[in-house]
Amino acid sequence: MKKINWQSFAFQRPYLFTLFLLFLAVVVNFIFQPNLFDRSTLNSNMRVFLPSIFLAAGQAVVLIGGGIDISVGSIVSIVNALLATQLGTEASPEKTALWLGIALVMGMLCGAVNGFFTAYLRLQPIITTYATSFLFAGIALYILPSPGGGIPGAISSFYREATPLGLPLAFYIIFLILLGWIFIRKTRYGRYLFAVGGQPDAAYETAVPVNSIQFSTYVISGLMAALAGIAISLLTSSGNAEIGDQLTLASVSAVVIGGTALRGGIGGVAGPVIGAIILGLIKNIISFANVDLWWQTFVNAAIIVLALAAPGIINLVRRKRP
Amino acid sequence: MKKIAISPPVAAVLLAIILFLLSGLLPNGYGSNTSIALAQATNILRLSVFLGIVAAGQTLVILSGSEGIDLSVGSTVTLTAILVYVICNGQDSMVLPALVVALLVGAIIGFVNGAGITYLRISPLVMTLGMAGVVTGLILVAQHGNVSGAVAPVMTQVIARPLVLGIPGAIIIWIVFALLIWLFLERTAFGKHLFAIGVNRTTARLSGINVNAMVLATYAIAGMLSGLGGFLVVGNAGVVFINIGNPFLFPSIAAVAVGGTLLTGGKGSYWGTMAGSLVLTLITSLLTTMQMPDSVRRMVLGATLLILISIYGRQKGFRQ
Repeated sequence: MKKINWQSFAFQRPYLFTLFLLFLAVVVNFIFQPNLFDRSTLNSNMRVFLPSIFLAAGQAVVLIGGGIDISVGSIVSIVNALLATQLGTEASPEKTALWLGIALVMGMLCGAVNGFFTAYLRLQPIITTYATSFLFAGIALYILPSPGGGIPGAISSFYREATPLGLPLAFYIIFLILLGWIFIRKTRYGRYLFAVGGQPDAAYETAVPVNSIQFSTYVISGLMAALAGIAISLLTSSGNAEIGDQLTLASVSAVVIGGTALRGGIGGVAGPVIGAIILGLIKNIISFANVDLWWQTFVNAAIIVLALAAPGIINLVRRKRP
Repeated sequence: MKKIAISPPVAAVLLAIILFLLSGLLPNGYGSNTSIALAQATNILRLSVFLGIVAAGQTLVILSGSEGIDLSVGSTVTLTAILVYVICNGQDSMVLPALVVALLVGAIIGFVNGAGITYLRISPLVMTLGMAGVVTGLILVAQHGNVSGAVAPVMTQVIARPLVLGIPGAIIIWIVFALLIWLFLERTAFGKHLFAIGVNRTTARLSGINVNAMVLATYAIAGMLSGLGGFLVVGNAGVVFINIGNPFLFPSIAAVAVGGTLLTGGKGSYWGTMAGSLVLTLITSLLTTMQMPDSVRRMVLGATLLILISIYGRQKGFRQ
């Protein structure tokens, strides 16, 4: 019988392992929380996962382009601080729309700063976005020194409660993200993106505008971070300039669990979106399984490491067998 | 025309000196009082020792190439600091066992990192990030949020107080440590192999280097150095808290980058990392003395870091 190399098998079909993990997470979650598929439970889970889903999708685009963006959490914080201070609970619909627009522009501007330094000045992405994460976190804290502020009730309850046609709002948004990604893949831009991430030198020599492609990935990531910031603001209805801090590294984990490699040039957005959902489900399971409060961080981290290690372990065991 | 080339470590040290001299002009600076200036300089140097030693492990890991990075240093420092605090419990006789435990635990964490990276082929960023979560979880499980213990008096005496001729013990430890790391990197086969695998793993393997063993050993040593960092940090602070190591995580990477070590591996030095630690510590403490609000402090730190890496952290353009 032909021996299957699991790592290369999983490498060629990264989504298989991700889908398996998703299935496992859903089943286990369902055991602990039998009403998981009720409309209200589904909705309340998905609206919590949505910010991470936005971030994972943005991070995936940057990683495919060969970079990494560890400033996304700080961009979320800026947007949250901006909305909470500028809107308050009484803002009119026009004002709300205006500031939501400003928030998106702000996110793209932050992404443009990242893109300028990494793509045009050719600085190393990890250290550059680390530096800008301080810059952005400082700005967020400057806008909103201590937690407070508010979001108009109407729009935030729309985000929380809206279930068009019986499905959570988040499903439609995920659908739009995936649709956007499918569209991007079909265009010339999509092909350039993979070329730039895989072989930047070769891409340059075949007249691909490497710098502007790399620049654009950070702008996309900034935009997604702004959307995540809006989502989290609507979810919490309040402002906290440090709300994004713990989201950055989770976005990287989500992408990797979703089967997109960190080395660039391969992967997609669907996997990372599922990865973000898996991470959320794991947290859910832990809280519903009555894991002792002190053990929760450890159990959560250990499961993530196991999930990341599983393809490698399977491959190692297969190789050892005669 | 010959371009004047200043190596990054020298540039970083020059920058530190200029910044320090300028800081004397601040309203609450040392002014023209040289003895205060000297005391301040010594103190900043002393404070940068801890970042410097934690960043040593980071330097080794980054030198080893293939996107090598260790994001578990922060939690390793916290865990080992707590262990030292609990084991010592105020007794001088327990200092040595505590140090051994700290080094051992650090090495084990590093070893697991290395094993995951070499044998399970998980990317270093993700593996060490996951490990950071696991270690943080372990800390919570083991301590349940409260720690009882104390630092041994001899540790405070050696690390935090002046030892010889008014020079704090920490600085002397750093000088000895730096010499050892230099010898290790430049004068041993391990050091040569480390640079070799950093430049190109395939050629290194073909010339007879056991790359897997090297990577495993590098991460284990890096973990051990984080353990040493934890020991020194708690010795200096005298108290321990759940986030004591976190402020070292990204500064340790930044210090390596500011010191001119390529984040892609294979090129760099520990001198650079030392200079980088000095610059970062200096900037942080200057902002603190200027009584800037936290927001401005973060912005200035971020902007400075950007400027520093813009000066000499640039990668080659495609046209070259």
